[in-house]
Amino acid sequence: MVHIIWMFLLAVGIITAMFNGRMENVSEAIFTGAEEAVTLCFGLISVMVFWLGMMNLAKSSGLLNIFTKWMRPLAIRLFPEVPPEHPAMGYILSNITANLMGLGNAATPMGIKAVKELRVLNDDKEEASRSMVTLMALNTASLTLIPTTVIAIRMNYESAAPAEIVGTTIMATACSTIAALCIDRYFYYRRLRKRKGFT
Amino acid sequence: MSWMNTVSLWIIPAFLLVIIAHAAIKRVPAYDSFVEGGKDGFQLAVSLIPYLVGMMVAISVFRESGAMDLILNLIKPLLVLLGIPADIVPLALIRPISGTGALGMMSDLVSQHGPDSFIGRLASTMQGSTDTTLYVLTIYFGAAGIKNIGDALKVGLLADAVGVVASIIIVTMVFI
Repeated sequence: MVHIIWMFLLAVGIITAMFNGRMENVSEAIFTGAEEAVTLCFGLISVMVFWLGMMNLAKSSGLLNIFTKWMRPLAIRLFPEVPPEHPAMGYILSNITANLMGLGNAATPMGIKAVKELRVLNDDKEEASRSMVTLMALNTASLTLIPTTVIAIRMNYESAAPAEIVGTTIMATACSTIAALCIDRYFYYRRLRKRKGFT
Repeated sequence: MSWMNTVSLWIIPAFLLVIIAHAAIKRVPAYDSFVEGGKDGFQLAVSLIPYLVGMMVAISVFRESGAMDLILNLIKPLLVLLGIPADIVPLALIRPISGTGALGMMSDLVSQHGPDSFIGRLASTMQGSTDTTLYVLTIYFGAAGIKNIGDALKVGLLADAVGVVASIIIVTMVFI
């Protein structure tokens, strides 16, 4: 699915540029895009090293486990295939918590760790497991309580009440998260039904 | 809204303090454990480079060639017909594809219409309520070496669509 989008973006872009006379912009875009990506990754190094270090500390002191226990009732419903004691659950829950607090930076390394652990659970296959799709659904809908960047931008433009959108954001994000979970379940059961149909 | 700032300033340090305090109580060699975990961070960030370079080059080629505007203009009448304000359409369509693109567009809308206008509030809500689907999928699955992503993209994009519609309805109900 991603290769189709990737090839579509590149091919349609280049072909459009042929007719548009924007080839110069396109050849420039290739280099600026690549540079932007590398800059982004280098920016991620500091964040990843720091948060993965802190997470490892929380794991070895047992804090991550305590936290997992608190959230277990929710977690086993969302991720029925992950054993509650498995380290994957700890990473999944820290990823969700970091998202909730608007700490996108901290959420990314934990989410990556979670997907890696889920892959181990899925016999190291190169295929996304059901739990991975659920985790992605939660992350793309990104349930946020405090949208910090947006508030900062509104302050910049001298809003009378920069944080007044917190309420509407929480409602909208709750809608998209619930929708994401429902859609995720729908696709999962549809896939199951299809598989049954074949056998 | 100064309490909001205080909360966002305090939340990370407070969280760190809890981790450190718990490690001290449990007598874990905290520094060694931190360093051990942090070692993965560098490799992980560097391993993301090819995935992000590929994706971001494709997106910037698509945008700079004018193809993005072309498709936006094609879809726009349809979305306006559905009751989506014309000014907000480009933001709604770019939000799942490019995080930096959407952020730029949102700031632009807020500066043009004013942060306390209907469009300004709607753009803020839309920006804050979802994450960049394509980026999340590229990074998470890329780092873990997952090649077949199943239904993840479809689920993410459909949820984004619900988020856009929900933002419009909610902002209309709350502020008008």
